[in-house]
Amino acid sequence: MSETLVPAQPDTPVTAAAKEGAVVARTPTQLAWRRIKRDKVSLAAAVFILFVILVAIFAPVVCHIIGQSPTSQDRGDHGLTLDGVPVGPSRYHWLGTDEVGRDVLARLIYGSRISLIVGVLATAFELVIGIVVGLLAGYYSGKTDTLLSRFMDVVLSFPFILTALSIVAVTGPSLWVSIVVITFFGWSNIGRIVRGQVLSMREREFVEAARSLGAGDLRIMRKDLLPNLVGPLIVYSTLLIPVNIVSEATLSFLGLGVVPPTATWGNMLAGSADGLYRVAWWYLTFPAMALVLTTLAFNLLGDGLRDALDPRADRVLATK
Amino acid sequence: MLRFLVRRVAFGALVMLIVSLVVFILFYVASDPASSFCGRTCTPERKTQIKIVLGLNRSYPRQYLSFLNHLLHGDLGTSFVNRISVNSVIKSGLPATASLALGAAVLWLLMGIPIGITAATKPRSVRDRLATLFALVGVSLPSFVVGLMLLNLLFFQLTTHGHPWFPPSGYVGITDNPLQWARHLLLPWFTLAFITAAAYARLTRGSMLEVLGEDYIRTARAKGLRERTVIYKHGLRSALTPVITLLGIDIGTLLGGTVVTEQLFGLQGIGQSALNAVHNNDLPVVLGTVLVAAFFIVLANIVVDLLYAVLDARVRLS
Repeated sequence: MSETLVPAQPDTPVTAAAKEGAVVARTPTQLAWRRIKRDKVSLAAAVFILFVILVAIFAPVVCHIIGQSPTSQDRGDHGLTLDGVPVGPSRYHWLGTDEVGRDVLARLIYGSRISLIVGVLATAFELVIGIVVGLLAGYYSGKTDTLLSRFMDVVLSFPFILTALSIVAVTGPSLWVSIVVITFFGWSNIGRIVRGQVLSMREREFVEAARSLGAGDLRIMRKDLLPNLVGPLIVYSTLLIPVNIVSEATLSFLGLGVVPPTATWGNMLAGSADGLYRVAWWYLTFPAMALVLTTLAFNLLGDGLRDALDPRADRVLATK
Repeated sequence: MLRFLVRRVAFGALVMLIVSLVVFILFYVASDPASSFCGRTCTPERKTQIKIVLGLNRSYPRQYLSFLNHLLHGDLGTSFVNRISVNSVIKSGLPATASLALGAAVLWLLMGIPIGITAATKPRSVRDRLATLFALVGVSLPSFVVGLMLLNLLFFQLTTHGHPWFPPSGYVGITDNPLQWARHLLLPWFTLAFITAAAYARLTRGSMLEVLGEDYIRTARAKGLRERTVIYKHGLRSALTPVITLLGIDIGTLLGGTVVTEQLFGLQGIGQSALNAVHNNDLPVVLGTVLVAAFFIVLANIVVDLLYAVLDARVRLS
């Protein structure tokens, strides 16, 4: 393959060398990008995620264009039938209405905001805490490591949904409570991964070299260890976002997440679970599809990124 | 071995102590149990009276010690709402939760392990790709979406078309009627098993691939053993070690309450009691279920570690 890592001579023009079929130098980022570009599934997933993000950001604009609002009830015939049953997809409500005659499409659009906000913010907080604790535990080892690792074990001993239930019982449900609860249970996984990676890197030559040059602990962690963690962390966060989106939807589904009338995919499905799935297929199908397609897209992208960012992955693609 | 056991149990006890302290702070310090006991129509006099009766007028450390004392005697307290002991709430919920968790575990092992093995024995083949897709879809599906789909298709559609095979909700004790027990649990089992099987397929595939690259597998093949013997007798045994670990922890977690599935299918298990308790602001029941669930997780971790030590001498000696 032409991707073998042999540096090109500085005086050789790279483009000319490529034309002659000679070896071209490429950075790991370029290699990863080339692999991702060849991976159609990951690209499609990335495009879908971008679409969801844009819809979420421009939710008011999109809803203005389709002429619907997520909270107003259609009191006419298009909202609810005379028996009070939701009306299916029509040219007035493209994806039908819910139990009180609100537009399902508009609620889906606004629901994407909650899913993404919680999914991304919780992941970001988990990353920060996990990196700090993992770096400290892995780098200092010894007593610090024992203490922090045991602490992570304790956190993992809390049953997620039940503890979330009890925290919500005390504080009452809200967006921030959801984010905090999810973060609290998620960071220790990242902490463990970072710790493991740092433990194996700590004794390597480049760290030793930095130390012998007089670099302090903080500098080594920031400049030598952290950059080496970027790859696995990108992959892991991409895979963590869908987990957090599902956690948020689960809390909302149980009535412990963001409070109605704010639309979330989870509380829409809860409305459907309340018996409406029997009469209003659209109220079950569309929120479920939104949720599953989004989480699937993140998982597919994460899988693709893992292959692309892993130097050994090239062999896998090459044998195809 | 004994030292290992003692150390593990001691750490487990410490974890339980920390969990109990955290829930104590959450329920007795950060919130106001007297108010939730008192209910909506509460007078200050009545609240003071309640504080005295429940011992809430004592200092926090003394309250915690008495709370711990009750716990050590196996007493989880009394429900604020219907004055039933929390122990009996959990005891009545355990059969449904355990039936759900254990039955689902059998199902997801039967689904996940064979899929993982077929995928691993022919990496990058069509069936490996299908297995990977199954794992990805399973990981992406929230349990309540699977449950709702099953309810719609297998309960509602079948019933409206004259085949009432699956009931939508309820739990029948296994001793009352084993057949009805299974019939009522089939949909919940599949709901739980489907999403979990994906993780097991992934794990089995990964660990099987690793094991099949080992020297002793090459030796077994070089001896001229049949491929099937190599995979199932030599490979599978060590490939299943991480699967057993995960299984132990998953069952431990689920025994503490399968909130979503129980809620969806109206099974009166531990998770359902906890959820109802949250909505009724019944703090002792919530607290009791959290403690029991944490206990199952800690216990499962100890069992798994011991199993590991038995299976793998390197752990025992370290």
